[in-house]
Amino acid sequence: MTIELGHFALILAFAIASVSALVGLTLWRRSDSRAALYLQQAAILQFLLIAAAFAALIQAFVTSDFSLLLAFQHSHSDQPLIYRITAVWGNHEGSMLLWVLILVAMGAAVAAFGRNLPRDLLTLVLAFQSLLAAAFSGFTIFTSNPFARLAPAPFEGRDLNPILQDIGLAIHPPLLYIGYVGFSVCFSFALAALISGRIDAAWARWVRPWTLLSWTFLTLGIAMGSYWAYYELGWGGWWFWDPVENASFMPWLAGTALLHSALVMEKRNALKIWTIFLAIITFSLSLLGTFLVRSGILTSVHTFASDPTRGLVILALLACFIGAAFVLFALRAGSLRAGGLFAPVSREGALILNNLLLATATAAVLVGTLYPLLLDALTGRTISVGAPFFELTFGAIMAPLLVILPFGPFLAWKRGDFVAVAQRLALAAGLALFVAILFFALSGASVSLAPLGLLLGFWVAFGALADIADRARLFRADMGTSLRRLFGLPRTAWATAIAHFGIGVTVIGIVSTSAWESELVTAMQPGANATVAGYTIQFDGIDRTEGQNFSGERGTFTITSPGGGMRTAHPERRTYSASGMPTTEAAIETYGLSQLYLQLGEPGDAGTSVVRIWHKPYITLIWLGTLLMACAGFLSLSYRRLRIGAPKPSSARQEAAV
Amino acid sequence: MRQLLLAALLAIAAATTALAVNPDEILADPALEARARAISANLRCLVCQNQSIDDSDAELARDLRIIVRERLTAGDSDAAAMQHVVDRYGEFVLLNPVVATHTIVLWVAAPVILLVGGIVVLLGARRRSRRVEPAGPIALSEEEVKALEELEGRKG
Repeated sequence: MTIELGHFALILAFAIASVSALVGLTLWRRSDSRAALYLQQAAILQFLLIAAAFAALIQAFVTSDFSLLLAFQHSHSDQPLIYRITAVWGNHEGSMLLWVLILVAMGAAVAAFGRNLPRDLLTLVLAFQSLLAAAFSGFTIFTSNPFARLAPAPFEGRDLNPILQDIGLAIHPPLLYIGYVGFSVCFSFALAALISGRIDAAWARWVRPWTLLSWTFLTLGIAMGSYWAYYELGWGGWWFWDPVENASFMPWLAGTALLHSALVMEKRNALKIWTIFLAIITFSLSLLGTFLVRSGILTSVHTFASDPTRGLVILALLACFIGAAFVLFALRAGSLRAGGLFAPVSREGALILNNLLLATATAAVLVGTLYPLLLDALTGRTISVGAPFFELTFGAIMAPLLVILPFGPFLAWKRGDFVAVAQRLALAAGLALFVAILFFALSGASVSLAPLGLLLGFWVAFGALADIADRARLFRADMGTSLRRLFGLPRTAWATAIAHFGIGVTVIGIVSTSAWESELVTAMQPGANATVAGYTIQFDGIDRTEGQNFSGERGTFTITSPGGGMRTAHPERRTYSASGMPTTEAAIETYGLSQLYLQLGEPGDAGTSVVRIWHKPYITLIWLGTLLMACAGFLSLSYRRLRIGAPKPSSARQEAAV
Repeated sequence: MRQLLLAALLAIAAATTALAVNPDEILADPALEARARAISANLRCLVCQNQSIDDSDAELARDLRIIVRERLTAGDSDAAAMQHVVDRYGEFVLLNPVVATHTIVLWVAAPVILLVGGIVVLLGARRRSRRVEPAGPIALSEEEVKALEELEGRKG
């Protein structure tokens, strides 16, 4: 019964969203507030209904109701409670519903927080959100219905893919989807601005919190996914340039560009056309990602053929939304007035360079991801575009971006003084050079590009510190004044510095772990010793282990660190009882910022086991840096003056409207 | 986007649990082994999602790794060993595509976009430098004047 109620709620939400879209798009020009009020209420209602539908699914999974086809296919009554819940979105239909849930949650948030928006803009934004909600809830209902029943109900389900039975599935998809789908608000704002003609600094201000929110969650989602892949996949890689990873990385790159160009639009009323374009592109890339992942075109071209409806419907939706957006853009972009003037060397100039490089990086990833598909479709030739290609092209574009990054926050708006900025950054540059050389000399390696990468990482990190120090007049004023200035700095200044510092930290992590990683693959007898990067690893033996829904073998290793400390590590090899699927669970020991990664392999002859051991120097910096970026995003979001929108004309305008 | 994993993982899960490079494959000569590893990182495991044969635990990847090592032991250069694999399995195994007529668009796309974008930016800068900043503040639009009057009327 709950399942039917959930199904009904989903259909009702689809109907309400369709009506909302129609009402909003036809009546936005009306001067009375009824249309806006209706759309606000409808947005909140859509959210409540989809949430109810989602709750019905969760209930069926938690109680292991296998009369629900989806629960039968992707769950098992032996699974721990948390994995019965996460199994809801560990499949196509359920994750589509999660996608829609977050979409309508964003719509409801706009309705709830958008009261101080001009009424016509609010109506249009909600209308476009509703249109998206109608399209994607319709897609879910008609091609991927999660509420399909099975009669007679089987006794037991088929189990969730064991590799997905991990806390990562609880965290990674929701975070990523909030980021992905959050950009829909920017998209709706862009279309609303194009139709209503409200394209000005105030618009940039209204969009800013949504861009920040989406970007922050996308950052967390990607980082979390990367760490999950790192510890779960068991070969120690953390980024694979997999097409599906690229699908989430492209909106992030475009979103980062949007975050910066919106700044120029907000402060200087310039780059308006470009910012609107980026807002459209960013969400289009999110949609493209959804298409690539959901259609199955990437997993295998044949998946597409076996169920062409889903892929084709998403492709059609994609074409409609993106196509319509660009037509609208082409029609209206010409009517935009040029904004504020600025010299090439200025904050605006630096941000334009940032956007140029980020946009090129996005395009490089896009071309690399789609080219093999297109070439195959057009000529039948199959080629691979993998990590080596992306590392080369993406790296070549990122390096200049990292070089110019520290200059940006130092340059003044309108007209900057390059020489003065260079002088103020000289200390940071010198320090970066010194530390990079020191680091390199101490670690002693022969990888040619590593010192350059380290230098860039330290340069960006120290540049961010220099920015804060400069703003606080550290070492130039007395300590008291400096401290007072430090605490008096606006949160956005801190957020900028912390995010940029985070990028530096991530770069340092990436460079050091790829340059100085050590690896050992060996067959070990119980009692044998191995040495990697100064750590002595003793293999104590293997015993059986039993979990709630798996059994397996657990190795015991004693690690002696160079400092003399002893630790015990337990990598495992599991077999999940329901599916019979084997997995490996690596043991990861963190020493300071570095990690030792142990993986237990196949048993060999005479009681030996294959063991793979990696020492990954400073690898945690990769994720610490992304966490810093996300913290900066939240810090900036918490800055009240920028959170909701323009400085509070709301009450006056609303009263005036009554 | 848990599909990231789902897809990649399914491919791996479908394969055996044997590890990537196994101890019995490793060559005695560390220099030769290092070359083999470098080549392996650039060759794709054909039955996997998007993994190099160096990372993959599939049987086929193991076969390819052994072929590469055999060629190197036989005295082949890196390029010749790679070509040997390409001759057998097609250019699909190359994770870093060759530069040829059918991949030229792929290789030049990013530089061309950067170049065109750079030119547009430069033209924009020149256009701006010719424009003169209007003296004094920009006048309010009619709509803005109306809104302002409304607000002032409220306050007063």
